[in-house]
Amino acid sequence: MNEVRLRIDGKEVTVPKGTTLFAAAQKAGLEIPHLCHHPALPPSGICRLCLVEANGQLLTSCYHEAQDGMEVQTDTQRLRHLRRLTLELILSDHPQDCLTCERNGSCELQRYAYEYGLEKNRFVGPDHARRVFPVREDNPFIRYEPEKCILCGRCVRVCEEVQGRSVLSSVSRGFFTRISTGLEKPLTGTNCELCGQCVAVCPTGALTEKARRFQGREWELKKVDTVCPFCGCGCPITLHVRNNRIVRVSGGYQGFRLCVKGRFGLAFVHHPDRLKVPLIREGQKFREASWEEALDLVAARLLATKEKYGPDAIGGLASAKCTNEENYLFQKFMRAVIGTDNVDHCARLCHAPSVVGLGRAFGSGAMTNTIEEIRDADCILVTGSNTTEAHPVVAQEIKQAVRRGAVLIVVDPRRIELAEWAHFFLRPRPGTDVAWLNGFCHVLLQEGLWNKKFVEERCEGFEQFRQAVEQYTPERVEEITGIPRDLLVEAARAYGRAKNAMIFYAMGLTQHTHGTANVLAVANLALLSGQVGRPATGVNPLRGQNNVQGACDMGAIPEVLPGYQSLLDPRVRAKFQAAWGRPIPAAPGLTVVEMFEAARAGQLKAMVIMGENPMVSDPQIAHVAEALAGLEFLVVLDIFPNETTPYAHVILPAASFAEKDGTFTNTERKVQLLRSAFPPPGQAKPDWQIIGALAQRLGYPLTYEHPAKIMEEIASLVPTYGGISYARLEKGGIHWPCFSPDHPGTPYLHKDQFARGRGKFHPVEWEPPRETPDREYPFILTTGRNLWHYHSRSMTGRVEGLVELSPEAYLEIHPADALNLGIEEGKGVRVSSRRGTIIVRAKLTERVPRGTVFIPFHFGEAPANLLTGAFLDPEAKIPEYKVCAVRLTPLED
Amino acid sequence: MSDMNQVVDRIIARHPGEKNLIPALQEIQGELGYLPELALEAVAQRLKIPLSRVYGVATFYAQFRLTKPGEHLVQVCRGTACHVRGSQVIQEALAREFGGDGRVSLEEVRCVGCCSLAPVVVVDGRPFGRLDPQKAVSVVRGAL
Ligand code: SF4
Ligand code: SF4
Ligand code: SF4
Ligand code: FES
Ligand code: FES
Repeated sequence: MNEVRLRIDGKEVTVPKGTTLFAAAQKAGLEIPHLCHHPALPPSGICRLCLVEANGQLLTSCYHEAQDGMEVQTDTQRLRHLRRLTLELILSDHPQDCLTCERNGSCELQRYAYEYGLEKNRFVGPDHARRVFPVREDNPFIRYEPEKCILCGRCVRVCEEVQGRSVLSSVSRGFFTRISTGLEKPLTGTNCELCGQCVAVCPTGALTEKARRFQGREWELKKVDTVCPFCGCGCPITLHVRNNRIVRVSGGYQGFRLCVKGRFGLAFVHHPDRLKVPLIREGQKFREASWEEALDLVAARLLATKEKYGPDAIGGLASAKCTNEENYLFQKFMRAVIGTDNVDHCARLCHAPSVVGLGRAFGSGAMTNTIEEIRDADCILVTGSNTTEAHPVVAQEIKQAVRRGAVLIVVDPRRIELAEWAHFFLRPRPGTDVAWLNGFCHVLLQEGLWNKKFVEERCEGFEQFRQAVEQYTPERVEEITGIPRDLLVEAARAYGRAKNAMIFYAMGLTQHTHGTANVLAVANLALLSGQVGRPATGVNPLRGQNNVQGACDMGAIPEVLPGYQSLLDPRVRAKFQAAWGRPIPAAPGLTVVEMFEAARAGQLKAMVIMGENPMVSDPQIAHVAEALAGLEFLVVLDIFPNETTPYAHVILPAASFAEKDGTFTNTERKVQLLRSAFPPPGQAKPDWQIIGALAQRLGYPLTYEHPAKIMEEIASLVPTYGGISYARLEKGGIHWPCFSPDHPGTPYLHKDQFARGRGKFHPVEWEPPRETPDREYPFILTTGRNLWHYHSRSMTGRVEGLVELSPEAYLEIHPADALNLGIEEGKGVRVSSRRGTIIVRAKLTERVPRGTVFIPFHFGEAPANLLTGAFLDPEAKIPEYKVCAVRLTPLED
Repeated sequence: MSDMNQVVDRIIARHPGEKNLIPALQEIQGELGYLPELALEAVAQRLKIPLSRVYGVATFYAQFRLTKPGEHLVQVCRGTACHVRGSQVIQEALAREFGGDGRVSLEEVRCVGCCSLAPVVVVDGRPFGRLDPQKAVSVVRGAL
């Protein structure tokens, strides 16, 4: 019997065995007063407010389980008396500062004090006066007022159980008990990630956001549900707004989980640097202009370029930061109005190999499964993804799965944070991924740990693949990768034996000249094990930007039309021609890196750049600069001046995510609504309006009354978005494919058959990276992100607290290597590659293996991509960011 | 410093595992006389327990001290009789005077059993009675 029946306040309820009395009462529609309990946390039974009477006994309902036949009362005379007493005791050492408390109106203690009519307190003793607790706010974002702390322990538990950090503990005893870090260190002196989960669950005003202080009381704040603009996790957020300013942020994954950027990093929208008026270049300076003048100029110059050199002399960069609607319009503008397929965006620089590789293996380049399924996986393989810093919420879920008993395999040259949680941590030499992936397959085949039925019924190309991996014996793999053979075998077995295994990867696999081969090798492994097409399985490329998935879906890439529909298919072209009323150019256009090469060669004459900053994020920046400087005309649409805008002839001020409606599609293919919270500053406008106005001047109607109308058009042309509409999204996000208005959406892909029919094995061979270390450039440089910043930092670099936490670029180097070279912690180092030199401070850490160094790519002052090469993957045309050879020299002060 | 690390290593070797945190702390204090911050960090690292929890435990139990004991132990009685006769003011006065003085460890204790002499301060094991704040300060000064 897995269910129990009981009566609560006279109501019959049936709940699964193991349900707490609290949850059972909730099911019966009753809410029991509670303070220490939080639905996402394990029960602790500390506050005793949730007492109920069950067959005469007093039980804490958040802790005790419902039993069959129980008679439970939740609101008796005796209970009310006890609760009053409990509350009175709590209030006895709680300041009654509600007048100026930030939680006035949302404090859970205040609410119960009111409900139970507690006016005066009977318990005041001499010890109260002796207690002096200083407020702690020695970190950029979080304020702790011990006086207001009721010691419910929610913050301690959330930090340990959800965030996996265990930064907080209750310390001291009796009246002096408070919450503290170890040794009273400031949060920034611990391994705290400043995620603010502790703030989110605190029931009182003890933990609050520093920035919200005196900015508005609860009832004065307008709440706007929207989506975080930073990473591909796409956390739902609620902006609390007063006087057109964001006061605080709530919401998040599962209602309260965010990372430091989403919770504390949105102040950039109010930064004085925001572009507020159109700017036109005159000589070396920019002058303000009216929209009329600026748009007329852009239209005229684009038209002139097109007439003189043809449409293919114009290129456009769309943006993974902009909405689906804007990306759709942008590519439509390039294709239908300008008449070229030269449209791309930064997805090229991160996941083009996934789109190509998974497209070929499965028929779809997106994450096969969802974040929510992680909890049900019993094995998780993470490779080439520093998940904790780049996809914080995914990492939280992975850690929770590990706590529940899932086996974690981490394969990464760097000792990333997740490695601390891993059962198997494999450290291949950079650029040797195909070898170990093939090695895994080899072991599974050798030991009969593969899914024969799945391979026979649902896949093709097995024989050739089998032959190809034959020579990848653990011995050979060890030679190539440096992974000890026994470890490889053990880890492969763990993956092979799992019931439900999920693979996560990111740029560590894709940003190579053999990026597509890496992705194919991952796909092979999942196919061989039959780990695709079921919940909690699959191959999951973690997409970096908030809307990089959407920008690709919308066809802001040169090789396909919206919805990955082939440019070469005459039926598809006919459909789009009919809808757009213009011929669709059929030759695939230029990719990002090719556009800059074409510009340097003088073939590309004009560019339209919407919300991208290629001067930081693209490889071989010196070439990009040359390309941009040589353009006859460049127009940039952005919210801030950045490293790219000085090259523009016209700069158009755009609206930020908080100032427009639209949709974003996150890494797990979930389409979600973005809602405007306030108007853009000055004369700035949403990109969709700017593109519309521009198109109009070029004689093509591209104006819509609202983004919802653009989505209607998208739904009519893109089958996988066919059932998506704003009306439906109002009720929550939908995972594509969603074919019709009554289609529920698709959390996991390839259920009964692959999008391409059968899953296809591709034999792949390991090849060394293009640039390997040599005597002159003896170190391997790899690049990536850190937790505190986003992309080229044009947003996070304008959030004071984030800058304080991570002010400048640094070089991670192994202490032993540093010693050999005479490089010291915090001292300057000159890092040179065949393409350039930058100077950064050294950070000695065993996170990187010997012979490899790491630099985050966020910092324009020390752009890591001055060093990287633009060697391209032959198929996906992604540049090799992850491996380049460098030389290091310590600076003399 | 390496002394301290050796002490911690030796003791942890005898008390491996998280459940042995308290005995380990007891022994470290036994040898070092108190629990220096670096020792707590070392314990956390060796036992793989979050530092926050080690600190929580070390501050929870009255038996642990986190500051180096001074050469002179001054115990102010805060029992009922002494309280009634003003031990709190004495305590405050001593704290003001000697709080920052590394030579003196100030502690409070419950009744030391000579209530008739209240208020009482015990200096290095010798009780002094019928004190007021000034007298208390000069008694302690005399002991230094
Ligand atoms: S901010 Fe996050 S990591 Fe830091 S103490 Fe709070 S919950 Fe823990
Ligand atoms: S700070 Fe808030 S969440 Fe943490 S124990 Fe105190 S009242 Fe509870
Ligand atoms: S940056 Fe990513 S993980 Fe952080 S809040 Fe935003 S969407 Fe969530
Ligand atoms: S809510 Fe159950 S004991 Fe606190
Ligand atoms: S109360 Fe101080 S000696 Fe008894």
